[in-house]
Amino acid sequence: MFSSFDFDVIRRSLPYLFYEGMTFTLTLTALSAFGGLVFGTLIALMRLSGYRLLGRVAGLYVDFMRSLPLVLVIFWFYFLVPYIGQWLTGASRPIKVGAFSSSLITFIMFEAAYFSEIMRAGIQSISRGQPAAASALGMTYSQTMRYVVLPQAFRNMLPVLLTQTIVLFQDTSLVYVLSITDFLGAASKVAQRDGRLVEMYLFAAVVYFTISCIASWSVRRLQARISIVR
Amino acid sequence: MIELRHVDKWYGPNFQVLKDCTTRVAKGEVVVVCGPSGSGKSTLIKCVNALEPIQGGEIILDGIKVNDPATDLPKLRSRVGMVFQHFELFPHLRIQENLCLAQEKVLGRSHDEAQAKGMKLLDRVGLKEHAGKYPAELSGGQQQRVAIARALAMDPIAMLFDEPTSALDPEMISEVLDVMVDLAGEGMTMMVVTHEMGFASKVAHRVIFMDQGEIVEDALKDDFFGKPRSDRAQKFLSKILQH
Repeated sequence: MFSSFDFDVIRRSLPYLFYEGMTFTLTLTALSAFGGLVFGTLIALMRLSGYRLLGRVAGLYVDFMRSLPLVLVIFWFYFLVPYIGQWLTGASRPIKVGAFSSSLITFIMFEAAYFSEIMRAGIQSISRGQPAAASALGMTYSQTMRYVVLPQAFRNMLPVLLTQTIVLFQDTSLVYVLSITDFLGAASKVAQRDGRLVEMYLFAAVVYFTISCIASWSVRRLQARISIVR
Repeated sequence: MIELRHVDKWYGPNFQVLKDCTTRVAKGEVVVVCGPSGSGKSTLIKCVNALEPIQGGEIILDGIKVNDPATDLPKLRSRVGMVFQHFELFPHLRIQENLCLAQEKVLGRSHDEAQAKGMKLLDRVGLKEHAGKYPAELSGGQQQRVAIARALAMDPIAMLFDEPTSALDPEMISEVLDVMVDLAGEGMTMMVVTHEMGFASKVAHRVIFMDQGEIVEDALKDDFFGKPRSDRAQKFLSKILQH
């Protein structure tokens, strides 16, 4: 049944798919995960701060982001961010924002909501004696968080954070709706140019599957090692 | 050194954990706080360095009012050592890092200075060779001795002990008490919540007996063990000394 398929199209487009497509996908994944983790941690700290207003604002943000489909947020940001930028800076025309910046901001904002829930659980998993001991030694709130609570929370949650990053890696393919050349976008461009849709989408699936599988397997091994250390 | 005047504390509107508690600990004095569980003794000692807020009365520590909103609490706490029932070493840090962290970040000591101080104290509690290990690799008694060294590294003016031996296996209790006895012998001001009556009769100057959030008895050691005035203290002593 494969006789009419031309798998050579894959070989010919490999450099384009990986140098351009996969590089973009991995860069976007890494930067979004990092940014999402930083903002997510801040949101988690806001929710656990004990200041009711701060907690409510953070809670609303998380609920809001988690109730919207990602594709919608991507679109919405792409079209709205220039106007928000214009409004913020008081410029006379909409601020031009590149596709990469726009999608990066979107993913950071979106992932922050998910990472914040993970970090919140991580912080709550630390017994109350730990911050008490840090305070008793004279550490301030921020020192206690920075040196005692967050490192432990991060370590406890590392497998979950990495699993969420694997999901993020797959989700970045949605930027293809903005005609960005990520890995899927690149595959799709080649597919349409050469009329080889089945081959290219099949190949893209195999690549996503392989990378995600290896990553999940590594996370499981890491998890086993962490549980032994403790 | 430590002064509590008419301290009241509530958990919620209906449950009063501390009722009009008044006492003081003079410089160089060792005061043992005992009483049945739930009597508020741990809560009382946690109020001294404001780990727990109070709702009435006042607490004065080395001339500074603890429950004054203007007080720089982290600074005040850094001058008082505290040892917890469950040790509370930082599990993600090695022993030497546990000893150095607050010295460097709170007192601003250099790493070498903190390291030297930490090793000296670790040697003093007999655990020098464990400096590179993680807390989970040590026994409970060893962890508690590290916790004492960690508190001493801050050069505290007084030490608070919150049931330091309650979570330990019996054979490890004495190694921790030995360190505390030494410390008392050096003239450290100490407030100790404990059930170890042997320790109390050996090194305490005064014993405070608490029940249901009240300080029922506050007496010199010999008076307390000789003939406690209150019924409740007599009952408690007869129960605890029975075996």
